[in-house]
Amino acid sequence: MKVIVCIKQVPDTTEVKIDPKTNTLIREGVPSIINPFDTYAIEEGIRLKETYGGTVTVISMGPPQVKESLKEAIAMGADDAYLLSDRAFAGSDTLATSYTLASGVRFLGGADLIICGKQAIDGDTAQVGPGIAEELDIPHITYVKKIRQIDNSRIVVERMVEGGIEVASTTLPALITVVKDINQPRLPSLKGIMRAKRTEIRVLGAFDLGVDQTRTGLDGSPTEVIKIFTPEVRAKGEMLDGDVEQQARTLVERLKEARVI
Amino acid sequence: MANIRVIENECVGCEACVDACPFGVVSMSNGIAVIGEGCNMCSACVDACPAGAIVMEKTEQPVQEREEEASGVWVFAEQRGGKIAGVVHELLGEGKKLAQALGQPLAAVLLGSDVSSRVPELAASGADIVYVADHPSLAMFSDDPYADVFARLIREEKPDIVLFGATSTGRSLAPRIAARLKTGLTADCTGLSIDPESRLLLQTRPAFGGNIMATIRCRYRKPQMATVRPKVMKRATPDTSRVAAVRQVWVDVDALRMRVKIDEFIEEAGEVVNLEDADIIVSGGRGLGDPKHFSLIEELARTLGGAVGASRAAVDAGWIPYSHQVGQTGKTVCPKVYIAVGISGAIQHLAGMQSSDIIVAINKNPDAPIFQVATYGIVGDLFQVVPKLTEEFRRAMAE
Repeated sequence: MKVIVCIKQVPDTTEVKIDPKTNTLIREGVPSIINPFDTYAIEEGIRLKETYGGTVTVISMGPPQVKESLKEAIAMGADDAYLLSDRAFAGSDTLATSYTLASGVRFLGGADLIICGKQAIDGDTAQVGPGIAEELDIPHITYVKKIRQIDNSRIVVERMVEGGIEVASTTLPALITVVKDINQPRLPSLKGIMRAKRTEIRVLGAFDLGVDQTRTGLDGSPTEVIKIFTPEVRAKGEMLDGDVEQQARTLVERLKEARVI
Repeated sequence: MANIRVIENECVGCEACVDACPFGVVSMSNGIAVIGEGCNMCSACVDACPAGAIVMEKTEQPVQEREEEASGVWVFAEQRGGKIAGVVHELLGEGKKLAQALGQPLAAVLLGSDVSSRVPELAASGADIVYVADHPSLAMFSDDPYADVFARLIREEKPDIVLFGATSTGRSLAPRIAARLKTGLTADCTGLSIDPESRLLLQTRPAFGGNIMATIRCRYRKPQMATVRPKVMKRATPDTSRVAAVRQVWVDVDALRMRVKIDEFIEEAGEVVNLEDADIIVSGGRGLGDPKHFSLIEELARTLGGAVGASRAAVDAGWIPYSHQVGQTGKTVCPKVYIAVGISGAIQHLAGMQSSDIIVAINKNPDAPIFQVATYGIVGDLFQVVPKLTEEFRRAMAE
């Protein structure tokens, strides 16, 4: 089975602090990490390979420093990794990103299964997975929490939806996006780390992929950000005084006044 | 190719761009701003520069022909088992305002099997037109047939705007349709308005876990598409005297693809209210100390008719299933009231709940970060506070 995992490098928000004066993000010195949801995607790919054989290839679109994240994926156990990087990809929205990543998958000769994380923790859009599937004209299933069964032609999964679980199945090739519940990602082994060090991550640009440059980067992005601002700071809250009974009564009163109970 | 660059001899070295960059890729070199790798071309630095020394060079795209004729604000009338999702009514309430601002009709698009009886409630919430695609093959939501029918309808009718709820269904279907139509889609919006000059849809959404907000537009393609977070928009008071024009949509069964099959739906046992639908959520964290103490949370939630949430720490400890996790790697919620019990308020947790209307924090540590976002804070022992609250609420609700 040939698996391709798509990942994104994101800032580690556990390290992000808010500047109390300007109320903006302090990004200085914030380390970059593999998007947490994508680590579950990598792990699931590796597990499929361990159980059924085949290969796991990891791809990402981004600037050169994303190589570090791709090496981490190799250290976890992925076979190889490619970075899609070109000035022509800068400023991509989700549509242009989907097109570029799909072009990367095509360049690699397609896959039986493509795995993405549910969403990235910086943009939170969850749109790129289904976008890649549409571009490749293959089926997709989002929010997968378990692969029940998979063979060369078919996959059966559990999908997390509002109020329960859907059991869904589809033909391969297909794309799934996964949630945290699906597995516990492993730490890189020493052997893996050594292998990652030796591995040269191949960089693929617009020319290599043969992409239509009117569909990549800022030019290929129908949406544009016209304003970025920090949300209104929440008004300073009220600390409820008194003993437990008084505190409880005050809270009930406040919620009654707000007509929420 | 689009480009953003610094006109070096006009840069005054004020560093305003460094502070403005939400991606932290602008730095100073010899007193002159340098835009580094990782630039997302959001143009925040262009706006921030007082000297006009940063310029964005963008290839102007031809406006698609159909922009001229595009008309209509559409809402995807998501349903499960014939029950219309709550967010649909909220979208109709918001869609009405957009439609009025544009002088266009508001339409609901209803796909399903035997769903025509739902038309009146869509009309009551504001729909002028209801497109109904009624066919057994659309009984259960599935991306393929829904995208086929919906995308085809959009191509034929050319709406200006199409809105979806940011539910598991909407967030799966909308990107598929947008990619097929090669148009823009903005995820998880919390604010929508019409720019009076350009008559374009301005879509505002949180990013970086709600730490920054971005306003996005889609200038050159139609329709303008967005998914909208449930519970943010207000539904209009239903007007049962309203009547909508019904347009039956022909379903070309032979052309429908059914690559994904939904074999079964397993309802989560014991759930009365979903996190996504709840007006009130009571969440427990590490402070509970033991899984059995979640019964305190459950009891308070039940008293309030709310749902039970949890912090990542509680989920990772195996105290409660992942489907209850609120936060960055869990669910994002925005109920009317969010009660955080024994949750310190790590940035990842705040990312999932800080847009709630009212936040109540109960924690024994007065310095816990959760108190910084709390509307009401109670510093105390949760084992005393929570049972007391349950008792007081029970009394208040009985009155």
